[in-house]
Amino acid sequence: MNIQTPSGNAAGFLHRYAGLAERLPGAGVEAVRRLREAAAETLAAAGLPSRRVEAWRYTDLTPVLRAEFREALTPVDEAVELPPARAERRAVFVDGRFRADLSSLDGLDAAALSDVVGDVAGRLNTVASASQPMVTLNTLLFEDGLVLDVAEGVDAGRLELLSLASGETESTIHPRHLIRLARGARLVLLETAASPSGARHLHNPVFEIEVAEAAVLTHVRVQREAAGAYHLAHLGVRVAEGGTYDGFVLNAGGRISRSETHLALLGPRATAHLNGAQLVAEGQLADTTTALDHAAPNCASRQTVKTVLSGRSRGVFQGKILVRREAQKTDGYQMNQALLLSEDAEIDSKPQLEIYADDVKCSHGATAGALDPDSLFYLRARGIPADTARAMLVRAFLQEAVEIVEDEVARDALDEAVQGWWVGHGGEAA
Amino acid sequence: MPAVEETLDTVRDATQGAYKWGFETEIEMEFAPKGLDESIVRFISAKKNEPEWLLEWRLRAFEAWKGMEEPRWPAVTYPPIDYQDAYYYAAPVNKVKPKSLDEVDPELLRTYAKLGIPLKEQAILAGVEGAGEVPADGGRMPVAIDAVFDSVSVATTYKDRLEKEGIIFCAISEAVQKYPELVRKYLGTVVPHTDNFFAALNSAVFTDGSFVYIPKGVRCPMELSTYFRINAKSTGQFERTLIIADEGSTVSYLEGCTAPQRDENQLHAAVVELVALDDASIKYSTVQNWYPGDENGVGGIYNFVTKRAACRGKRSKVSWTQVETGSAITWKYPSCILQGEDSVGEFYSVAITNNHQQADTGTKMIHLGKGTRSTIVSKGISAGKGQNTYRGLVRISPKATGARNFTQCDSLLIGDLCGAHTVPYIENRCMTAKTEHEATTSRIAEDQLFYCRQRGLSQEDAVGLIVNGFCREVLKELPMEFAVEAQKLLQISLEGSVG
Repeated sequence: MNIQTPSGNAAGFLHRYAGLAERLPGAGVEAVRRLREAAAETLAAAGLPSRRVEAWRYTDLTPVLRAEFREALTPVDEAVELPPARAERRAVFVDGRFRADLSSLDGLDAAALSDVVGDVAGRLNTVASASQPMVTLNTLLFEDGLVLDVAEGVDAGRLELLSLASGETESTIHPRHLIRLARGARLVLLETAASPSGARHLHNPVFEIEVAEAAVLTHVRVQREAAGAYHLAHLGVRVAEGGTYDGFVLNAGGRISRSETHLALLGPRATAHLNGAQLVAEGQLADTTTALDHAAPNCASRQTVKTVLSGRSRGVFQGKILVRREAQKTDGYQMNQALLLSEDAEIDSKPQLEIYADDVKCSHGATAGALDPDSLFYLRARGIPADTARAMLVRAFLQEAVEIVEDEVARDALDEAVQGWWVGHGGEAA
Repeated sequence: MPAVEETLDTVRDATQGAYKWGFETEIEMEFAPKGLDESIVRFISAKKNEPEWLLEWRLRAFEAWKGMEEPRWPAVTYPPIDYQDAYYYAAPVNKVKPKSLDEVDPELLRTYAKLGIPLKEQAILAGVEGAGEVPADGGRMPVAIDAVFDSVSVATTYKDRLEKEGIIFCAISEAVQKYPELVRKYLGTVVPHTDNFFAALNSAVFTDGSFVYIPKGVRCPMELSTYFRINAKSTGQFERTLIIADEGSTVSYLEGCTAPQRDENQLHAAVVELVALDDASIKYSTVQNWYPGDENGVGGIYNFVTKRAACRGKRSKVSWTQVETGSAITWKYPSCILQGEDSVGEFYSVAITNNHQQADTGTKMIHLGKGTRSTIVSKGISAGKGQNTYRGLVRISPKATGARNFTQCDSLLIGDLCGAHTVPYIENRCMTAKTEHEATTSRIAEDQLFYCRQRGLSQEDAVGLIVNGFCREVLKELPMEFAVEAQKLLQISLEGSVG
């Protein structure tokens, strides 16, 4: 396809693709090239979604589309200040590029996507659907990513995945991570996305995750990018018989951040946890969207998502649970709660059940409101200052979601992020 | 699991369960030519001898409708509707007023009898001279009835008694003639003529419906009721109901619907507008039993209805209760715009889909005023190949301080070929407001069934009992007269079907 004069709302991205096409990884690989061309065609024809698209009715991408992004021109060997390590092994990406010098992947079957794209081309867009706008955008421009395979029966322990933006330029980064756990394998993947304050980049990661029979993946994402950043993530997950995907997403940064997870339970007795918390302050929009597909019998899914809003901010939760005809004995539970700390905050919530099997137990709940005045009074009557009392109640509210995470290190990382956010925004909230 | 199989059997039986209201009344009818264009709109308006402003309004609606698209977002599927292949006006031919019941077209009387309307009221509905003065049956609480037959209101009972209280209860076409200033003041103010595809269509071609005005401080002494019936073939029914409760007044209004059994789909696109002023209260109950189509999904009514209430006054209250058992497709969201401070909106719904029925129903609660409260209780039951969707919106505007919403949606699945879906939208922009939503989906518990069976109840009765219990929260909101009918209906929809 020849993109001479791209138009439509994705024109900026298509321009960049036209310029980069020969330099992007996989340019010489026919299969990769075809995927990118198809993505370009889709974006040229349909563009990126407006609020008229049902799945995007609460999240307006206009500011992202208006922003002028440039290519990240980060030197690949510059020293970068890394946060203290949480695990022995870590994969570090700076401005979307894998940094072998900063990473340690000893004993893992892992590689940078840019190095092996020819070998794994057949895996691209098989778990994440190319029809999803954020996957399309990523397909067009992905420059690197982590390719990780955990072999049968191996407990790979903890791996830290760091995505750092240098903040030097208003760049866009589109990492594509392919993660596969073979039968009975285990892994704790602790992911942090961060950028220095003032950075205004677009981070558009896509994960394609396969959890085989009886394998267990714990995946904790801590997104605390700068308040001016855009974070548009898409996670495609497939879980086979008896497997478990235990996910937690903390959305605490970015001017617009959306974490969208599409998970399918494909074998009997598979389990999914899609928990999360959103901390949203002045000028921010945080969106957690999930689509859970129960396609096999005897599966269970659990979801608790909590949102705290302060300042002029907006929180979005969209959670769909689909139970197919075959998925008898499904046990699905979903809860989303929002705490409004400011008069200018807004929470939009759309929990959704679509059920075609009769022998199921599915429920969802949604609540939104301010801090309970009775609880506040109780604490104040015991001599606790108002600010402290508020902080305690907010912490307690979030704790219910965070404490579900079983891995201690991951839970500590979440606690720390929550604490950091509260210190940074507590004054405003109080 | 024998219990499950038995349940499935009863469901299968249900499909053979006959639609009791499937009769057709053969009486002389007057039709407008088939199809829809500006001349039909003018024809209807002329037929009704309407004032110029109303014709203009209809024409504006028709213009708007031509540029609109049928909504595609509901979770229902049906073949495209040919809007040119239907009659937009059908009326029983007017005759000289009969002197007694003997002179009334016996077909019409038979219809009333089948609808379960008592004889004396039948006389009034049939327009027998002097019948209006007949006192109500001793002791029984009377119900004033307005019967709408295809496109026209045929008669209204107890008019005189209501008039003594200053209550207006008549056909909307009559209200246009007698109380044009009232109709003009409120018509289209809750559901504008451009609101949506079906509301615009209704505004252009509505033929009749009920009009109610309750004056200041009056508590309506009896239930007001309208029976809607689609009778003629290839007709669409487009009734328009407008109810105004003035300051401090109270009214309870019932609506019942039936249609003959046909193998074609008929369109019913009604609009209901309610206005409640300061301290006024309106209770609107519906038992919708349009013909649902046969067990293969052939025929049945397309029920595409716009119902909305404006709680304009302080402390005003509107309560919608609906039992939806009929129609091939139901598309209906009775809503409340809570403008007045401390106004209250309620929505209680039971929706049953069996065989090939599809229902996409729910409510919208728009909180604008301070201290507004809303309650939503929705019970969906799916059997056979039915698809049942709850779709609702709760929106709290920044000014609705202290607003409160509670929503509960429960779905019951009977058989593994049906579907139950819940699509709530909750938008809260006010810190001091509180919203709570909960939804569950399950099937009839084996242990409950076993418990009932063990005590000698048949499978059918057991399922009926459990389903009635499942719906109890909603059924208890119905006025007594209707509660009995609704329970019977559940029994039939479920008896033939589930219990």
